[in-house]
Amino acid sequence: MLHMTDMTEARPAPQTASGPSAEPTLRVRGLTTVFRIGRREMPAIENVDLEIAPGETLALVGESGSGKSITSLSVLRLLPGAISRIGGGEVSFRDREGRVRDLVSAGGEEMRRLRGNHIGTVFQEPMSCLNPVHRIGDQIAEPLILHLGLSRRAAFERVVELLAAMGIPDPARRARQYPHELSGGMSQRATIAMALACDPVLLIADEPTTALDVTTQAQILRLLQDLQKTHGMAMLFVTHNFGVVAEIAHRVAVMYAGHVVEQGRVADVFRHPRHPYTRGLMTCVPQPGDALALRRAGQALPTIQGSVPSITDRPPGCPFAPRCALAVDACRAAVPAMEDTGDGHLSRCIRWSEM
Amino acid sequence: MTDLNVETAIAPAPRRKVARRGPIVRALGRFGANRYAMTGLAVFGLTLAAVVLMPFVWKDPNGIDLLAINKPPGAGHPLGTDGIGRDVLARLLAGGRVSLLVAGVSTLLSTALGFFIGALAPFGGRFADAAIMRVVDLAMTLPPVILLLVLASITGPGIVPTIAVISLLSWPLLSRMVRSRLLELRERDFIIFARGAGAGPWHLVMRHGLPNTIDILVVYATLQVANAILLEAGLSFLGLGVPPPAASWGNMLNAARSTVVLQSYPWQWMFAGGAIVLTVVCINLIGDGLRDAFDPRADLE
Repeated sequence: MLHMTDMTEARPAPQTASGPSAEPTLRVRGLTTVFRIGRREMPAIENVDLEIAPGETLALVGESGSGKSITSLSVLRLLPGAISRIGGGEVSFRDREGRVRDLVSAGGEEMRRLRGNHIGTVFQEPMSCLNPVHRIGDQIAEPLILHLGLSRRAAFERVVELLAAMGIPDPARRARQYPHELSGGMSQRATIAMALACDPVLLIADEPTTALDVTTQAQILRLLQDLQKTHGMAMLFVTHNFGVVAEIAHRVAVMYAGHVVEQGRVADVFRHPRHPYTRGLMTCVPQPGDALALRRAGQALPTIQGSVPSITDRPPGCPFAPRCALAVDACRAAVPAMEDTGDGHLSRCIRWSEM
Repeated sequence: MTDLNVETAIAPAPRRKVARRGPIVRALGRFGANRYAMTGLAVFGLTLAAVVLMPFVWKDPNGIDLLAINKPPGAGHPLGTDGIGRDVLARLLAGGRVSLLVAGVSTLLSTALGFFIGALAPFGGRFADAAIMRVVDLAMTLPPVILLLVLASITGPGIVPTIAVISLLSWPLLSRMVRSRLLELRERDFIIFARGAGAGPWHLVMRHGLPNTIDILVVYATLQVANAILLEAGLSFLGLGVPPPAASWGNMLNAARSTVVLQSYPWQWMFAGGAIVLTVVCINLIGDGLRDAFDPRADLE
């Protein structure tokens, strides 16, 4: 853990030089997304507040089912309308021209023009994100043709440049290949090329390295960092891996059962977690040396007792209270408010000062 | 000898051609290796060529030779003549033209109709989906022959009405198959990723839906050609399809309704029936070959 915090400290603060002011690229306020389950409506995420400045990376971490992917898909408005709707809040997005738009009230056509153009997306499984029947180059060219109106020929030249910028050797040949001919890492580079084709100001990366092996993962993270430096884009990085957070993010928001429970600079959150859930999660990250020592001692790896409450039976108060060693009656009464513990480090725990 | 070795060592490895080919090209390669399908294709190709080209060089199908009425196959009339002295071969070729035209055009129409209606359902929202699928259910529950007869008696005989009737009857089955394929595709990562890149419904259907449904469409289309030939024959046999004096394989079979013709002049209906059977068998062989060729498990030769 110490090793990671050192790395975070070494990272320079995000440059806000790409905009005339430090206006955030994405500002999410009180976002609530509701799922229809049977006849009832259940909030999958509640009152999510996020803010990402140009050139900044915000990592969204949490266990499976904590709502981190729902948050990113809500911002993109890509959730199926048949079973879900945005129940409240606002998502203001500052586009490339500096206009601020509310993505919650935006129409389908407006969102289509933003996605792939002003907002790029990368998803978890690179291999299944590419249509097996089209050549790589043709797929990456799609947003260029769709949004920038480039001709097929011009788009193809641009694709070769993009693939080269992604560190793909022999890009012209790769562009003519089909997805099954590429490795996982190559495919992910191709989908990143597609996401960045139109030079977006916001990149939403939903677990882009989860499906890759560790060495490829490191390469892709390095690539994303370099690209962010050159493009100056804001990045929302969804992951469940704290190592990746330490590697790439400036700030981190921890999600639990649909709520952001803690948010702050990576160094602050890692060094002084102000929420029992964050603290618990970090003790669960196995360090190779510790894990071996525990096995020799015949002990199990540390875990947090219990499991994430499902969307249908979340407790009325703090969602973490049933698993929390510090929980008191007040925790179970109402969802605690987000409190500033100092220097922009926020916690949704009423007992944060005791930690 | 040493020279030779050096040269082979230095020469760049030949690029494998296989790697460059797309899935559709590979499917066609598998199709080419299927002997039954290729036989079907060859025979069907010959039939098609004969039907398209021969009427230019052979006799007028409506020309009447009063000196040769009900003549059996022989010199001058290789397949004989019918009851009013028309050459059976000329009518068989002209009729094949009509039958294959009706089958081809109605297949194109019903394939296009079936695809777009099937695509509208999953990409057009929940209400559109429910409404369209109830229409499809309705169309599929009606007994086809009765519907065909009713439609045909409304539109009257003729080539265009026959095409329209056959097309209108055949699309629901395809729509269902296309819908279920696209429903499955809609949840696939590459569709969500394409939507993340700003693709709209039309783009999704045409760029991602169509290429991934091509196997269904090709197999449906070939089998539907055979089906349409039979439907046309049935309609014309009942006098509701292509009206005389124009020939079609179906209305040539109509002659066999007379017991005298059936028993005494078999050449007047047998060749038309044979042509239908042969063509349908060939097309089914082609269809089966294509289905196998597009089966993903058939890969890795």
